Amino acid sequence: MNTNIMISGVGGQGTLLASRILGRVLLGQGYDVKLSEVHGMSQRGGSVVTYVKFGEKIYSPIVDEGEADFILAFELLEAARYLSHLRPGGKIIVNTQQIDPMPVITGAAKYPENLVQKLRDAGADVVALDALSLALEAGNAKAVNVVLIGVLSTILPIEEAAWRGAIEALVPAKLLDLNLRAFDLGVAAAKQ
Amino acid sequence: MKEIMLGNKAVARGLYEAGCTFASSYPGTPSTEITEEAALYDEIYCEWAPNEKVAMEAALGASIGGARSFCAMKHVGLNVAADPLFTASYTGVNAGMVIAVADDPGMHSSQNEQDSRHYAEAAKLLMLEPSDSKECLRMAKDAFALSEQFDLPVLLRLSTRVSHSQSVVETSPREDIPLREYQKSPRKFVMMPGNAKPRHADVEKRQRALAEWSESCPYNTVERGSGKIGVITAGISYQYACEAFPEASFLKLGTVYPLPEKLIREFAASVETLYVIEELDPFIETFCRSLGLSPTGKAALTPLYEYSQTYLRRQLLGEAPKSLYLDETIPVRPPVMCPGCPHRGVFYTLHKLGLTVFGDIGCYTLGATPPLNALDTTICMGASISGLHGFNHARGEESAKNAVAVIGDSTFMHSGITGLINITYNMGTSTVIILDNSITGMTGHQQNPTTGLTLKNQPTYAVSLEKICEGAGVKRIRVVDPNRMDEFESAVREETAAAEPSVIIARRPCALLKTVKRHPPFSIDAAVCVGCKQCLGIGCPAISIGADKKARIDATLCVGCDLCRQLCRPGAIRKSGEEEESK
Repeated sequence: MNTNIMISGVGGQGTLLASRILGRVLLGQGYDVKLSEVHGMSQRGGSVVTYVKFGEKIYSPIVDEGEADFILAFELLEAARYLSHLRPGGKIIVNTQQIDPMPVITGAAKYPENLVQKLRDAGADVVALDALSLALEAGNAKAVNVVLIGVLSTILPIEEAAWRGAIEALVPAKLLDLNLRAFDLGVAAAKQ
Repeated sequence: MKEIMLGNKAVARGLYEAGCTFASSYPGTPSTEITEEAALYDEIYCEWAPNEKVAMEAALGASIGGARSFCAMKHVGLNVAADPLFTASYTGVNAGMVIAVADDPGMHSSQNEQDSRHYAEAAKLLMLEPSDSKECLRMAKDAFALSEQFDLPVLLRLSTRVSHSQSVVETSPREDIPLREYQKSPRKFVMMPGNAKPRHADVEKRQRALAEWSESCPYNTVERGSGKIGVITAGISYQYACEAFPEASFLKLGTVYPLPEKLIREFAASVETLYVIEELDPFIETFCRSLGLSPTGKAALTPLYEYSQTYLRRQLLGEAPKSLYLDETIPVRPPVMCPGCPHRGVFYTLHKLGLTVFGDIGCYTLGATPPLNALDTTICMGASISGLHGFNHARGEESAKNAVAVIGDSTFMHSGITGLINITYNMGTSTVIILDNSITGMTGHQQNPTTGLTLKNQPTYAVSLEKICEGAGVKRIRVVDPNRMDEFESAVREETAAAEPSVIIARRPCALLKTVKRHPPFSIDAAVCVGCKQCLGIGCPAISIGADKKARIDATLCVGCDLCRQLCRPGAIRKSGEEEESK
């Protein structure tokens, strides 16, 4: 049985690092793994998605409509945008931070209200948390990605040491303590 | 060793293992990381060339000189390098030469969606196409020996999803290949008519040998399934098709040119229903039809954008996915210029002055988006300057006073210089604004001839934009900081009014460069803000309007670039610590 994870967010939020941590952890568990990333123009503050798929044998690197077992959303609107990618019974882990897109900033559109509730009403299993505050508590707003990885780590059947090992391997040494704190805060938030 | 690797990095690994010693490229999404990753190997000399034509010619020169050589580019880059490509097919190589070309179906980061397989056919070259990172490594590596065997540069076709996906690869040690002997051989390398005629005959002979080889080469494989459906496919489409048709039989093609006629005929005869699944043009399908076969292909599948497993199931099997649905209008989130971007002030001013703006390729293409809405055209690398010249001639003298071209430093080096020379030589009066942000921005911070550093970060001679413009005959050259909005506006007014060619170099480094100091975030004094929304006009993602109808600044995004403060008439925008200072 393959597992499909979709990571959505705003360009610059660090979704790539999150997918790479996942990829490393999963490869270490002996799975076949594929990641699909976004580089280039859409990275500049646009809506970005990366996919992580693992299992016995993975072909397509992308996670399409109705295929995601998990959506890890770095921003609330970016959770709602990709709800159609969630399979019935799938779970969304969402950072409740709101980043206004340009049409909202210019007044051409409105940021929808009560999105967490609306996602639940649509049938999604939603884990909502303020990952930005936890990242700031860990020491830097950019650690939102590792906070969310911490939450996901409590749901996937993989021991904690593997996650810590992958973070150590992929994060620059001077930022390691900060990121491990962020990971712990994510784990603790998930267990609450 | 088994590891998970980006497709582009796997190509670089293939070069390394094959003993490649020379790589020259121009950055272009989705191909950029190949050469960046190759540059991490000490054994491979790697450089950024000013453009793809130069890169390919340099790689061909290295091959003639006896070194296994490589160049990479995006699909539109191959248009620039098409001139050497077609004649390199005639000359062939000395040591192996590989050209990677990365297509961008879906146009994630491109101005068109062209299918570069046509180049292989037109130039009569072998083209391989991998479908995952493992094949990227293997094909990039094997391509050097094939190049030497058939005496041609080998094309390696990638696509965004293959280049930018990570999958599992197994690495091997590098094979060190000694430099080949160089012998002067004008009949092979001097392509004047007397020599080119027999070489063309050789090319045709080579074509037949390649076609025969493609029938039994290890990259074209038949995978037998249990169902009656047969799928002919290649590249990333193979992966989508495997998921959509788990029971089907597959003819997976690794050589997309030339195509194996006998293998295709035999496979077609062995299945009841035949599909050809390929993104973009019906390249394989057209070949199948030329053989008298009638597969289902573009009659059911679009020539537009990317495919996916779900798309194939929907179009070919009539199956729709079960998914959740939200009854809500979700505002789009297009890419935007970063907070602190030095281009923002430029486009604010150009929009404010109501000028016609011929744009170019780079981050500054985002100047076309709301609320700046500043660009009139974006065509291809360099077309801002040359296009403006034609536009101004067509519309007469007054036009030049109300129109400008904008082009980045790297794009100017790539193909802007010749356009500028065309203006001075032909006595145009156009105004060109070079957006010098000290880096190649959009593709993710590559050095270029103006930055003073090489691809391997060695200090080098920095080409002077001012001197190039001066040498081209431009007398009015001004350097302005685009974040000093009043100064920049005056410069644009004066230079567009001048009845001779002028260049404004808007110089300020990219806000994302590590060497650029981030200032503390600004804040809004809510007691002073009147909610006039003037500050929103620059389209900064850090500024929005709060529930109190007053502006607010997101402190996690703001880098203190000072643009908004210059626009705020009531003076409500505060630098960090400003209040304390005034006490």
